[in-house]
Amino acid sequence: MSHNTGGAIIGREWGLRGTIVIVFALLALFILYPIFSVLRMSLTPDGVFSFEVYRSVFAHSRYFLAIRNSIMLGMIVATLATTIGFLMAYAVERLRIPGRQFFRTLAILPIISPPFMFALSVILLFGRSGLITRHLLNLDVGTIYGLKGLILVQTINLFPIAYMTLSGILQGIDPDLETCALNLGARRTHAFFTVTLPLAMPGILASWLIVFVTSMTDFGNPIIIGGDFDVLSVRAYLEFTGMGNLPRGAALAILLLTPTVLFFSLQKRIMNRKSYQTITGKSARRSMLPVPAAATIGFTAFAVVLSVFVIMLYGTIIAGSFIRLWGVDWSFTLDHFAYSWDVGASTMGRTVFLALLSTPITALLGMIIAFLVVRRRFAGRHLMELLAMLSYAIPGTAIGIGYVLAFNGAPFRWSGTAFILVTAYVFRNVPIGVEGGIAALKQISSEIEESSTNLGANSSYTFRTVTLPLIRPAFFAGATFAFVRAMTAISAIIFLVSARWNHMTVLILAQTEILRLGAASVMSFALIVVVMTVIFVIMKVTGLERSQVFGTGAAR
Amino acid sequence: MSRLKESNTAMEQPHLSLVDLVKVFRDGSGSETRAVDGISLDINRGEFVTLLGPSGCGKTTTLRMIAGFEQPTDGEIRVRGENISRVPPFERNMPMVFQSYALFPHLTIFENIAYGLKIRKADREVIRNEVAVASQMVNLVGLENRYPGELSGGQQQRVALARALVLKPEIILFDEPLSNLDAKLRIQTRTEIKRVQHMLGITAIYVTHDQAEALSMSDKIVVMNRGQIMQVGSPEDVYNHPANPFVADFIGNANFLESRITAVGDSSVTVEIGGSSFEIRAERVYDGAAVGDEVYVSAKPEAMDISEGPGDLMGRVDVNSFVGATTEYKVEFDGQFITVIHSNSGGSVKLFHLDDEVAIHLYPEYCRVYRR
Repeated sequence: MSHNTGGAIIGREWGLRGTIVIVFALLALFILYPIFSVLRMSLTPDGVFSFEVYRSVFAHSRYFLAIRNSIMLGMIVATLATTIGFLMAYAVERLRIPGRQFFRTLAILPIISPPFMFALSVILLFGRSGLITRHLLNLDVGTIYGLKGLILVQTINLFPIAYMTLSGILQGIDPDLETCALNLGARRTHAFFTVTLPLAMPGILASWLIVFVTSMTDFGNPIIIGGDFDVLSVRAYLEFTGMGNLPRGAALAILLLTPTVLFFSLQKRIMNRKSYQTITGKSARRSMLPVPAAATIGFTAFAVVLSVFVIMLYGTIIAGSFIRLWGVDWSFTLDHFAYSWDVGASTMGRTVFLALLSTPITALLGMIIAFLVVRRRFAGRHLMELLAMLSYAIPGTAIGIGYVLAFNGAPFRWSGTAFILVTAYVFRNVPIGVEGGIAALKQISSEIEESSTNLGANSSYTFRTVTLPLIRPAFFAGATFAFVRAMTAISAIIFLVSARWNHMTVLILAQTEILRLGAASVMSFALIVVVMTVIFVIMKVTGLERSQVFGTGAAR
Repeated sequence: MSRLKESNTAMEQPHLSLVDLVKVFRDGSGSETRAVDGISLDINRGEFVTLLGPSGCGKTTTLRMIAGFEQPTDGEIRVRGENISRVPPFERNMPMVFQSYALFPHLTIFENIAYGLKIRKADREVIRNEVAVASQMVNLVGLENRYPGELSGGQQQRVALARALVLKPEIILFDEPLSNLDAKLRIQTRTEIKRVQHMLGITAIYVTHDQAEALSMSDKIVVMNRGQIMQVGSPEDVYNHPANPFVADFIGNANFLESRITAVGDSSVTVEIGGSSFEIRAERVYDGAAVGDEVYVSAKPEAMDISEGPGDLMGRVDVNSFVGATTEYKVEFDGQFITVIHSNSGGSVKLFHLDDEVAIHLYPEYCRVYRR
């Protein structure tokens, strides 16, 4: 007769009621209302309701092609990235190949990198004047701009998401099961295909879906390396900002949003079905059977090749920072640093400032929502969770367009302000905190907080003195991620930046577009250094380990 | 109930009353569970009352409604006649000792015990004194600066108790507080709790599924099943005069022998079991018993014995478990299985083996008759 989840009755707690109302109001204003604005814009092109915009989108091959391209790209990248992610996760978690710590670290790197950094280094390596294609091999493999390049950079960029999800899943499958299969007479590969793989299947599917969604909503890579290969997110941006065709841009954003929300909820549903978690706690870290040498060698070789490639991409960015004119003049220079300082120092300062400003707000709001949703019973509890998680699934492009439409005039005239950027960060990134907070709270017996209530503490006192200290790791993990994501944002904020409040990624994009690849490299490099420094400081100050900060919640 | 309330003066009012209390849970699919199904109960000041029943009987839900963690679907909870159903849990001042102890893992023992006093904005000096007194009361002196994780289960349990006692409550709630302790410590702690409760004169409401715990600690036992109260009474009452087969079974692990009434006299009733007649005193038989009624004769294991025979009721040993002072036999008789506890005290005690033919002796003065 377990207590059904949910905490104390609310009764006359006005502070708590007020908080609930405020949270709902914020979620409605900064998530629902912008999306509603996009929908309204797409359905009332000339002030009257019509499906005309959508009809024309499907009628024109250009837009239809963008839709098709986005889906195709998503499917290819999801398949490749999930495969690589699974192999890496299996090698690290199951085969326990040498250098595990290193590979784990490496898998996290792409997550904290600027959104299109890989596109930049792939251009430097394989582009028109690419180091490898042009100068080392003198190959003419055709242009890297387009589908090929996109598949390459997105796969490298997104396989860590699959890796994170799947290593969590693999850790949750009791190794004894495979041992038992061997004991019953199965060969190793047979045991893998009949036991481990089927048990990991929901995780594999979930990881495929999340990579698909992330690939579809990616903006940074396609705008740099997409070339003629038109995708929805870029097309929506170009229509909205470039052509000033607001209804069409809005319609494309809605078309982007629909499948992502759908797939995202499907993914959540799969991940929440815990029936495949077989770990009982007892044998969690039991030693695994000795691995055949051939398997270890094969998987290690695979991991090494992958790592070398990733490191090479980072190395290229660093090298590109010091070379005068890539592909033409290979001489050493510090000019790019000087130029970047002149052009980017203040933008960097403001980017960091706004990211740091939004970080504690995001994390705290995340914990408050998690607390309310898990521990307090009130009408609309599930709706609050849904709304808070919704912005996870909404493509940045749709949010960006939504904020422009919603907050451009009375009564919310916030365009061009720092405020709009901070709110965009907070509400884009709050789901990470909410999710982490919910997971942390579910680990903690609700009796601990009930006993606080029982001893006389109201909700706010309980939250401050008991809940928050207990979910401290989730708070800082949420904060770290909020910071990283604010620093590496682009798809939404490219609509929201202004001359005064620019963002580093937008500046790097501009440098790339005017072919100042050296400066773009310097700025990308600087961005990574800043992000890593802040993460390092957070981990040092809080004493958290990397695994606590980058749990499976890293799967964005 | 209301008539009773009106006739009582304020002084004689029960300390805590449950009035037609109902709790219905709805799960996601919309199906309803009546966890607590209309219970009424009066608890007097200073009384130690146990809610006893199998898991799922509604005892914990009842306790959680008293504490305010659950909102009753219907009915009232009254403290000295005043309905507190709408009072939020943190204003009720009924500290609870949780099954998991629910100590705050990030606070020291001192801070744990002081937690409630701090909320009440007590003086630092007062807090220090009160915590010292409470620690002393439960033998925790010297552990104040440790963290809960560094304490044994028994010590943690005492911290939970001290944390509640320090608030000097009039009512204290216990939710199976001993179930995480080993058998020996459980018995020791149960006398400890009883001693402190009695000394301070606190009204205690104690939830357990352990009949020994309930019998040894309570002034009043409330036996519950399926959300309803089966019987309320003193331990002796509930044990010796179970009101219905459920209580007889749950409290005494009684055997129920299928039987029939063959004669009804002025002061006794005759029942027939396996061809033999037994005479049972009328007060141990339900009202309105009539000849021909199909009944159960309930007999606790210790109200029976077995021997080599011969006897009226012959059975076959199906299970024998030697547990030291006694041996517990399960005997098959007439297609039913009967549990008998056979004392091993005395000199040479005969141990029966599996499949042995044995005679079952029934002591009618300890039996009760229920309608089948």
